[in-house]
Amino acid sequence: MSPAPTAPDTPRPRRERRRRVLLDWSGLPRGLLLAVYALLVAVPLVVVVLTALKTSQQMYADPFGLPPNPSLANFTELLRGGRIGISFVNSVLVTSVSVVTTLVVASWAAFSIARIGGRLGLVLFAGFSLGLAVPAQVAMIPQYVIFDQLGLTNSLLGLILINIAVTCSVAIFILTGFFRTLPGELFEAAEIDGASTWQLYWRIALPLSTPSLAAVAIFLFVMHWNDLLYPLLFISDPDKATLPKALLDFKGEYTTNYPVLFAGVIIASIPMIVAYVLLQRWFVAGITAGAVRG
Amino acid sequence: MVYVWFVLWPTVQAFQFSITDWDGLSADFSWVGLENYRTLITGDSVFARAVGNSLAFMLVVVIGQTILSLALAVALLRSTRISIALRALFFFPTVLSSVAVAFIWSFVYDPTFGLANRLLLAVGLGSWQQPWLGDQQMAIYYLALVQIWFHAGQMMVVYIAGLQQIPQELYDAAALDGAGRWQKFRHLTFPLVQPATVIVVAYTTIQSFKAFDLIIASTGGGPNHATEILATLIYDSAFRNFEMGYAAAQSVIFMVIIAAITLLQRRAVSLASGGSNR
Repeated sequence: MSPAPTAPDTPRPRRERRRRVLLDWSGLPRGLLLAVYALLVAVPLVVVVLTALKTSQQMYADPFGLPPNPSLANFTELLRGGRIGISFVNSVLVTSVSVVTTLVVASWAAFSIARIGGRLGLVLFAGFSLGLAVPAQVAMIPQYVIFDQLGLTNSLLGLILINIAVTCSVAIFILTGFFRTLPGELFEAAEIDGASTWQLYWRIALPLSTPSLAAVAIFLFVMHWNDLLYPLLFISDPDKATLPKALLDFKGEYTTNYPVLFAGVIIASIPMIVAYVLLQRWFVAGITAGAVRG
Repeated sequence: MVYVWFVLWPTVQAFQFSITDWDGLSADFSWVGLENYRTLITGDSVFARAVGNSLAFMLVVVIGQTILSLALAVALLRSTRISIALRALFFFPTVLSSVAVAFIWSFVYDPTFGLANRLLLAVGLGSWQQPWLGDQQMAIYYLALVQIWFHAGQMMVVYIAGLQQIPQELYDAAALDGAGRWQKFRHLTFPLVQPATVIVVAYTTIQSFKAFDLIIASTGGGPNHATEILATLIYDSAFRNFEMGYAAAQSVIFMVIIAAITLLQRRAVSLASGGSNR
C-alpha cells in the first residue's frame, strides 16, 4: 500500500523523538498554513449547512450570517417534490449492486490470474490493466452507441453494467497484487489435503483478503455514488436519475436558489458523510488505495 | 466479456468513428479519412482553446496540489490529537461528489453575494472583487484551485504514508553534521519521499484530466469556452452538436496527449531516480 522504504535496512523506531526532528520547521509558517487551510476547507462547508437552513431572501440579505429562524423548509420542499427520493433509491440500488457484483467478479478473476501465473496470467493481467489507461471520455461515444443499440439507455441495469465494466480493471489490479503476496505454501498444503480450487478461493484466499476487499469496496462505493458521467450520458428520464444527475438538473430548475440546491447537496452527501464519520480509517485507506494503485 | 465489450472494444471503435462524418443519429455516414483531424489541427480555435485550457489546468493543479499536499503532510505528520482532527477535515472534501463541490464553489465565487467577494469587502479589499468564473482569462485557474481544494487532502494522506517510511537515524546524522531545517528538507525529506511524489504527480495528472464533472456542473465550459477542457468539448460535440465523428477524432487526440504526458512523466521519473538514488 505504501511505497517501499528507500533507506537501508535499519530498524525504524517509532519514537516521538523521530517525529519531532522531522517536523522541526518553524512554528509560525506551519501554524499559519494549517490555520488558513483549515478555514478554507471548513468555512464553505459550514456556510453550505447554514444556507440550507435559510430562505432565499435571507441568503440575499446576509449570505454570511446565521439563519435568523432556521427551518428545514428547503429539505421538505425537495423531498415533497418526490424526485430526490426516487434518485436516492436509484443511487442506492445502482451503487450497491455495482459494488457487490464488481467485488465478486473481480476477486474471482484476480484469484485466478494470480493462481494461473506464468505467461497466460501476465497476458490476462495486462489485458485488464489496459483498461486503466483508457480515459472515460475516449470510450464514451462508442459506449453510447452500444447502449443505444441494446436499449440500455434510461435503465438502471445499464448503469450497473457500465459501472462494473469500467471499475473491474482497478479492482482486479489491486486484488491481484494482493493475492500474489499470499504465500504459495498455503495453497499447496491445502491442495495436498484435497481442497478444490473453489475451496482454496473461498476458504483461504477470501478470508485473508478481507482488508483489501474492504478497501476496494469503499473505493468503488465512493466512485459509483458520486459518478456523474454515465448518468449524464445514458439517463434522460428523471425517474431513472441518480443523485448527482438529479442535483445537476436542479441547478437548471432552481438556477441560483442556493438554499434549495444546498439542501439537495446535503441529502445527496448524507450516506458519504455517515460512512466517513463511522469508518474514517477504512475510508481513508480505501480511497488512498485507489489512488496508489489505480 | 462485459469488460471487453464495454471498455476495450469502444476504444477501438473511437478510432473508427473518428474517420467518418457520422452525426450519431442517422444510419448513413461516409468515410472522410483524416479530414476531421485536419480541421481540428488547422481550423478550430475552440479546440485549440480547449487543449490550452486542459494543459494549463493540469499544470496548475499538479504543481499546486503536489506542493500543498506535501506541505500539509509535513505539517501534520506528528500524530497529536489536533493533527489527526485536521487530517480528517482536510480529507473530507474528497468524499463529496463533484457536483456538490461545483455548487459549493459556484456559491463562493458568485459575483453578487458570493463568499469570496464578501470576504474581500469585509477585510477592506473591496477593489479586488471580481466576477471570478465570469472572467474569461482567469476562470480556468479559479477552477483549478477548486480541484486542488477537492483532492489535496487525499494526496496529503499518500504523502504522510511516504514520510513515515523515512528513518529518523538519517535526520540524527544530518543534525550531527550541522544541517539546518531547510537543508534537511532539501537533502533528506524531499529525495526520500520521492516514491510518494511519483504517485501523487501521476494520480493528480489523471485526476485533472478527469475534471469533466466539476466543470460541467460549475460552468459547463463557459463563458465563451473560457473553461472548456477537452473532455467537456468532446461531450458537447458528440451529445449536444451531434458530430460524433468529429468528437471521436477529438477523443483520439485527447488519448494521444494523455499517453504523451504519461510517457514524459515516466521518462522524468527514471531520469530523476537514476540521478539521485544510484
